[in-house]
Amino acid sequence: MSFPCGGASRHEVVIEIGGIAIALETTDAAFVRILNDRYHDYVKSEVRPGFTFRVDLVPPETFDPESDAEVWFENGEWRMERGDFRARWSPENCEGEISQSANPYSVDSVLRIAHTILLARTGGFLLHASSAVRNGKAFLFSGLSEAGKTTIARLAPCDVELLTDEASYISREAGRYVAYGTPFAGELGAPGKNVSAPIAALYLLEKSPENRIMRVEPAQAVRRLLRNILFFAHDTELVRMVFESACAFVAAVPVFQLSFYPDQRVWELIG
Amino acid sequence: MTKSTAIAARVLGDETIIMSTVDSTIFMLNPTGTVIWEAADGNTSLSRIVEERVCAEFDVDLEQASADAKEFVDELAVHGILVVSDKPVSQ
Repeated sequence: MSFPCGGASRHEVVIEIGGIAIALETTDAAFVRILNDRYHDYVKSEVRPGFTFRVDLVPPETFDPESDAEVWFENGEWRMERGDFRARWSPENCEGEISQSANPYSVDSVLRIAHTILLARTGGFLLHASSAVRNGKAFLFSGLSEAGKTTIARLAPCDVELLTDEASYISREAGRYVAYGTPFAGELGAPGKNVSAPIAALYLLEKSPENRIMRVEPAQAVRRLLRNILFFAHDTELVRMVFESACAFVAAVPVFQLSFYPDQRVWELIG
Repeated sequence: MTKSTAIAARVLGDETIIMSTVDSTIFMLNPTGTVIWEAADGNTSLSRIVEERVCAEFDVDLEQASADAKEFVDELAVHGILVVSDKPVSQ
């Protein structure tokens, strides 16, 4: 969709993830093509967005590439900054701005951060995990780097739909937990399938000489879940909400340690 | 001593998980630590908690329990999880 804006045509790309539609506005037609390519299955031009970011493209040297991500709430706005972008977003009027160079990675990070903030208030979260749907049920595979998130995604048989190999989207809906596909890709380099399903289990991954599943006790499950929840905002109230969300999730969804040998037999244990 | 207000905590089984809302550091307390944590109400002294709760519920002598409890409380205080004072502390 495009419309005139002070002489320059302004384009809008609406990206819907987890049922939340965020519009990105830009006057740069080439950047629109970048967005459409990257978010392909998640671009929903017919959906009315709940939030809009105006994207101002600036030269890459505008920023300090060494600075880490910082997210904080100030004067009624969320502020997000990293070495490659600056963004602000008002939850009250549902509008914001992103200042970045013409690349898909910066806007990807802003979208991730925005979703973590939106999810925190509804009992959901983004999890450093791959996830997949099999037989109508979603399974999450979480762990720190090298634990096997991408490996298990690569080994998935053909009856499995991959939701992501990097950042799983967990939403709480009517007292149950649902996993959604995301365009947030890891080593696989491909977006997840844009489908959703109720979550049947969370597996905490560990590579091993043999395949074995063990139930994880609630306190340990919460601790390990919290280590893998993606949350960036320095905000006491929201951090407390994320903590409560992790406890509620563990009370509702079984959590297992999945020790696995990296070949296809591991999928005989899942689903 | 009393619990900091800058934390989120949940007792799960006989363990407690605590997260600092300042820096998201996570602490796990074992059953003994959980007893001390739950008794930290701002009025009850550590020595009384050890004598009346820890020694009553666990097979441990008073001297050893007191030393361990002091070390435990000092560590939580360093991380801002517990607020320690010689006088009663309002929660």
